[in-house]
Amino acid sequence: MSETKKVALIASRGTLDWAYPPFILGSAAAAMDMEVMIFFTFYGLPLLNKKIEAKVSPHSNPAMPMRMPFGSKEFQQIEWNIPNFISGNMPGFDTMATSLMKETFKNKGVATIEELRDLCVDCGVKFVACQMTMDVFGFTKDQFIDGVEVGGAAMFLEFAADADIQLFL
Amino acid sequence: MSRESFEQTLDCRGMSCPLPILKTKKTVNSMADGDVLRLLTTDPGSPGDVAAWAKKTGNRLLISQVESGVYTFYIKKTLLRGMV
Repeated sequence: MSETKKVALIASRGTLDWAYPPFILGSAAAAMDMEVMIFFTFYGLPLLNKKIEAKVSPHSNPAMPMRMPFGSKEFQQIEWNIPNFISGNMPGFDTMATSLMKETFKNKGVATIEELRDLCVDCGVKFVACQMTMDVFGFTKDQFIDGVEVGGAAMFLEFAADADIQLFL
Repeated sequence: MSRESFEQTLDCRGMSCPLPILKTKKTVNSMADGDVLRLLTTDPGSPGDVAAWAKKTGNRLLISQVESGVYTFYIKKTLLRGMV
């Protein structure tokens, strides 16, 4: 029997699109009997907040497909090319795009970020919050979900040095 | 369609990656060694995912098949590896 594989992930981005990879890979790896640590740093830190308020910004993702999650099949195939001066300046544009993306995910049977995070916790995935960026951005441990450890670069590297998979997300 | 006797069914139709794998793991954990799980999915990525999951966790994938968009897997919970 081979020894347990280890997976070391860094979650550095907190938009809705980038919130998915660490929790998908973390939960899947744990389901495959791997030992997982996710190190949350910089803009990944808000993903540890009790309530996740991640949004997506089409303005900064020019290749993002803009389609509607409702209407006829033909209507849903229409690609809406929104000029940058609208996506970047119209108040509430990101909020609208976020709710459309969430609706699309739901229609496609994709779990929410919160569900995937809960599944990670259930499977024993270790969450570590970066102490330095917590201090810089004013995060406190009590605003995070239970079970989060706080640590620094050395703590992550010590785990990652023996890990079979290391990814910066 | 090949068939196999099974102890439990897990219906993951309509769910996307990685949910079928996560739910399979949870269900298999609650089963006894040697029991067979019948898993239903519609995610086109699931044949590869289920096979990879079974290989990594040492559980035996007995049958993997598809009929009219529904994938059916029979997985035998196997605690001891290399005892096939």
